[in-house]
Amino acid sequence: MATAGTIKRKHLLPGFNLTLGVTLSYLVLIVALPLSAMLLKTAGLGWSEFWRIVSSPRAMSAYWITFSSAGAAAIFNAFFGMLLAWVLVRYEFPGKRLIDALVDLPFALPTAVAGLALVTLFAPLGWYGQFLEPLGIKVHFSQLGIIAAMAFTSLPFVVRTVQPVLEDIPGDVEEAARTLGATPRQVFWRVLFPLVLPAFTAGTTLCFARAIGEFGAVVFIAGNLPGKTEIVSLLIFIRLDEHNYPAAAALATVLLAVAFLSLLLTNILQAWQLRYADKH
Amino acid sequence: MQTSTDRNVRGTSGAQKPRSAAAWSLIGLVYVLGALVLAMPLVLIIATGFRNGLAAWLASNLEPDTLHAIWLTVLTAIVVVPINIVFGVCAAWLVTRFRFPGRRLLMTFIDIPFSISPIVAGVVYLFLYGAQGLFGPLLESFGIKIMFTVWAIFLVSLFVTSPFVARELIPLMEQQGSEDEEAALSLGANGWQIFWNVTLPNIKWALLYGALLCTARVIGEFGAVSVVSGAIRSKTMTLPLQIELLFNDFNVAGAFAAASTLTLLAVVTIVAKGLLENKKGG
Repeated sequence: MATAGTIKRKHLLPGFNLTLGVTLSYLVLIVALPLSAMLLKTAGLGWSEFWRIVSSPRAMSAYWITFSSAGAAAIFNAFFGMLLAWVLVRYEFPGKRLIDALVDLPFALPTAVAGLALVTLFAPLGWYGQFLEPLGIKVHFSQLGIIAAMAFTSLPFVVRTVQPVLEDIPGDVEEAARTLGATPRQVFWRVLFPLVLPAFTAGTTLCFARAIGEFGAVVFIAGNLPGKTEIVSLLIFIRLDEHNYPAAAALATVLLAVAFLSLLLTNILQAWQLRYADKH
Repeated sequence: MQTSTDRNVRGTSGAQKPRSAAAWSLIGLVYVLGALVLAMPLVLIIATGFRNGLAAWLASNLEPDTLHAIWLTVLTAIVVVPINIVFGVCAAWLVTRFRFPGRRLLMTFIDIPFSISPIVAGVVYLFLYGAQGLFGPLLESFGIKIMFTVWAIFLVSLFVTSPFVARELIPLMEQQGSEDEEAALSLGANGWQIFWNVTLPNIKWALLYGALLCTARVIGEFGAVSVVSGAIRSKTMTLPLQIELLFNDFNVAGAFAAASTLTLLAVVTIVAKGLLENKKGG
């Protein structure tokens, strides 16, 4: 820390001590203290006990189901999000404002409501289920349902990160490529896509991270069969219900570590995006 | 971690009328997917919620348990949102008006709750205030119980939504710079006068926007609240938890009535968000 004197000189405006005090105390009380309490609990388990819990067969299958579903949801949203961003930025068409507003729906709608809607749509006699079940496609109480719930709740991330970047690309970049004889396909893949790639990757990572943590929407549609449709969040919840607190702490620590890794990755990607923006 | 919830409303200058068949097929795909993925769930909830008419919808929402859940949800928003507005403004003032060592680290720290999954948020509070937790037994000996009471719901909601206001204010205040405030300071204004008369008018729409996002999240939070609430009927049930309870009780009509209430709130949120984006952008 710098001495009080240099801080005073650098800080023209008043309120440094007040806002620093409020911000730090709030973060310590509301964020840091509870996080440390859980990490302390996990540390108290010892390494071998921790490892036994987090590598148990039931936990392993929960990771696989969670991460593979989140991956599938992220891939779906990477395509759908890119398509939405592209069409919303590039074209004028009837209903454009409505679709743009609807993109925000998954963030505005409580996840329990989203779950209720999806389970009803995909139920065997539901609006979608009645067509899918005869084809042998079972979404209700299956991993497809988990993917659907994760994809719905994390849909806005890719659209909302790519949209502003796509808008800011000056028209002459594309025109220059065209005059040099590039086909529309080449313009997209060689000129435009590299420019939105950092935002696209960041959006997809955010989407994946959000999908891993999704709980409300998934519990409605998954059916929660251990080893089949049991995600990590749900396994934690079940362990709490059984008063098996060490297991809950260990598994929650794994999810926390994944969250920090993805936060780190997003920050790196955003730094990359900023460097990119500076260069062009 | 700017996911551009703070994007300005887009100009239509770059957008063109689609001319090629390829353009029209992309738009067609957006219509189909938009209808199937986004519009249908909305239509389903509203149509099912109001299937038996307005009177039945109202009666379902006025069931004592559901009514209590609505009240608790509103109360949580009333408690949590103002506190997180104060925190958000303080944090934004701190990191945009001063340069100090550890500033970037602090900004990352402010964002942390945003990337933690709701279940984990609930679990960390359980290990602080629960019977198995760090402070739980001590507080218990003083006769104070936090876990499985409304206090736990307030605390965990504070945690989950703490970054929302700050995230909206920080980029805006960074971009505006502190020249206005410094001018006011040189004219003899004190800190509060500067904040109320100079800063606040500049940030009011972004502040309202952040508060709106914060409110929507508090009202809809499910995972974190379900860990700490204990789900005691007519005591610690919020509206999203009540929906799950009704659904598991096979009271589908009741679940959809409650869900449609939350959905109407979500639609109001989206409309208000659109209006605020226009104000912010203009």
